Amino acid sequence: MDHGPAVELGVDHASGKKSRLGVLFFILYTIVYGIFVAIGVTNYEALGKPVFGNQNLAVIYGFGLIVFAIVLGLIYNWLCTKYENELNKEE
Amino acid sequence: MIYEFSILAIVLFVIFVLFVLGLSFYFGSKTKTSSSYFAAGGTIHWGVNGVAFAGDYLSAASFLGICGMIAFVGYDGFLYSIGYLAGWVVALFLVAEPMKRLGKFTFTDALDSKFNSKAIKLTAAISTLIVSMFYLIPQMVGAGTLVEPLLGLPHWVGVVIVGAIVIFIVATAGMTSTTYVQFIKGGLLIIFSTILAFYIFKNGLTTTPDHADQKYHEFITLADNDMQGFTKISTIESGGIVFAKMEKDGVFRWFTKRDGKYLEALSITQPKEGEKLFNGEIKEKGKFFQVGHMNKIIMDGEEVGSTGRLRPLQFLSVINSSELVRFLKVKIVDGTNHITIFHQVITPGKEMLIPGLKFNIGKGATWLSKLNFISLMLALFLGTASLPHILIRYYTVPSQKAARKSTILAITAIGFFYILTLFMGLGAATNGVLNMDDGNMSGPLLAKAFGVGLFAIISAIAFATILGTVSGLIVASSGAIAHDLIDRYMGKKLSDKAKVRAGKIAAFSVGCVAIVLGIIFRGMNVSFLVGWAFAVAASANLPAILMLLFWKKTTAKGIASSIIVGIVTALGIIITGPSISKQFFGTEGLHGLDAPAIISFTAALLTLVFVSLATQKDNEKLSEKVA
Repeated sequence: MDHGPAVELGVDHASGKKSRLGVLFFILYTIVYGIFVAIGVTNYEALGKPVFGNQNLAVIYGFGLIVFAIVLGLIYNWLCTKYENELNKEE
Repeated sequence: MIYEFSILAIVLFVIFVLFVLGLSFYFGSKTKTSSSYFAAGGTIHWGVNGVAFAGDYLSAASFLGICGMIAFVGYDGFLYSIGYLAGWVVALFLVAEPMKRLGKFTFTDALDSKFNSKAIKLTAAISTLIVSMFYLIPQMVGAGTLVEPLLGLPHWVGVVIVGAIVIFIVATAGMTSTTYVQFIKGGLLIIFSTILAFYIFKNGLTTTPDHADQKYHEFITLADNDMQGFTKISTIESGGIVFAKMEKDGVFRWFTKRDGKYLEALSITQPKEGEKLFNGEIKEKGKFFQVGHMNKIIMDGEEVGSTGRLRPLQFLSVINSSELVRFLKVKIVDGTNHITIFHQVITPGKEMLIPGLKFNIGKGATWLSKLNFISLMLALFLGTASLPHILIRYYTVPSQKAARKSTILAITAIGFFYILTLFMGLGAATNGVLNMDDGNMSGPLLAKAFGVGLFAIISAIAFATILGTVSGLIVASSGAIAHDLIDRYMGKKLSDKAKVRAGKIAAFSVGCVAIVLGIIFRGMNVSFLVGWAFAVAASANLPAILMLLFWKKTTAKGIASSIIVGIVTALGIIITGPSISKQFFGTEGLHGLDAPAIISFTAALLTLVFVSLATQKDNEKLSEKVA
């Protein structure tokens, strides 16, 4: 069907494990993101309350969501690379 | 006039454009195959691709739109930063590697990889074109916005210049030159935004934001016993506020009446016939002052006039304890004149640091305003992973591992930039640089306050930002037309050379349409417009991508029908909603929902599930064919 990738890709035995990990991390992040949106619509005043250093919950949570995405991404890459190294060894 | 002609800015801009054109010539000579034209031959290093992702993604909406929105409405603008970044989580964890594995040149390839369905080819290609067009509009609007101050040319000329350069970039070398333009621009944007943030912290906060070449206008207050030479002509009430028209030396100005006094406001007067007046005078007189300042600064529990150098979190902390002066817009009619008044409102800093000044989710919120907020946050979260011009970047790298690593680098670079947007936006809000007639210019104007050199560089980068994103969008659209529609859907079976030629003609056509739309949509906030592109993308594309990857019962008819329902529902809600109605028809719209994703995404998802369940026999036939 001439649909395959533009470059030749090898067989990836780790793809199933990586996919499950991806779904898990996606659910985790979605929950944290969903809580932020939920606080906004159900308990709006809480976002203005100071958390530490005169920074309110909105600022801390907003920055936290950005940093959390980066940290989660780095962990994901580390684990995926580990799976690839373990499962894609030459047989 | 707020903007002054800058020779340095022009020189930098011309150098950048010449460099980009040279790069396109160089790569153009090497681009012979469709693989190199549409996917850069799959040879781009993950590091380059990661920064190019950032260059592609950090569009006019991010630098111009978000900074402008934060400067005008505080944290509500930052919600876009949070949502845009969160969307990359979906791209990384669910889409990056499968997309690389399944597709060849376009997003349609991946969707159609299992089925070889004409319906998918057609609907996915149309979806790519619609989403790209929605995304192109704000970029072109931003281009015009930038060219006005940078080159002293009218808005439409800026749109045409960007369109012409981008058509040239894409038509010469396709994805390869686009990638390197995005790489350079992405890197420069992050470096110079960091420098801009450094200036903000070094400058600190002050109630009188004077800058070296830019003295802040002192707003006057009149009283009945001290009119300072002004004569009151008339008063008009609007929305519970009394506006007074005053005359001095033959010039008419507007003031807000509050507590028996008259506070100076800004005004734009559009007479029935004749030139628009800014604060009662022609634009060239320079009386339409830049605004935005601190009213009261509380630092360590004490009121101060200025803070001196601040650390990043300390900057936010001081704003949280202090008060700002914002200028709110009101439209009135005075005889045959239509007047837009921007009047002073003291806003507690803590209100700038929580949502609510734009999205009504706090006191007085209705279920509809809350639904709008949820719907917007959903669109931003789900939109990124369904943007065709982002998805095609996965085809430019050599492996799935490279796709993943480049996505993580992109998240890091983009995340860092989005954190800076809060500082740049608030910096613009407090440094007396805002042009109330055009919020999109807040970031570059903040740079101008710190020096013409920085303004010139930031403006040139902002321009490059648009070039990079528009190039990516036109490559995606060109692929949809030449590869998906002509070659695969119509079955023309083009030769490699003919496919590249068709791609170049498509790029030219899409570029021309983008120019026209950029001129029509002038004046709308670019980030707000991109929010719509995300909503259409999330509704039309994401249910199809996710269900194809994670639900074995998905059928070709299920995918095609979900794309159609996603597009029609999202567009239908947007077109009949309040913003389009106000912009083009001066009416309130058929409903109050501006962000359609919550309905359109759900509708598309349900359609896919029901149609797939009803057409399971198609998949049985597919299994027989494969067997």
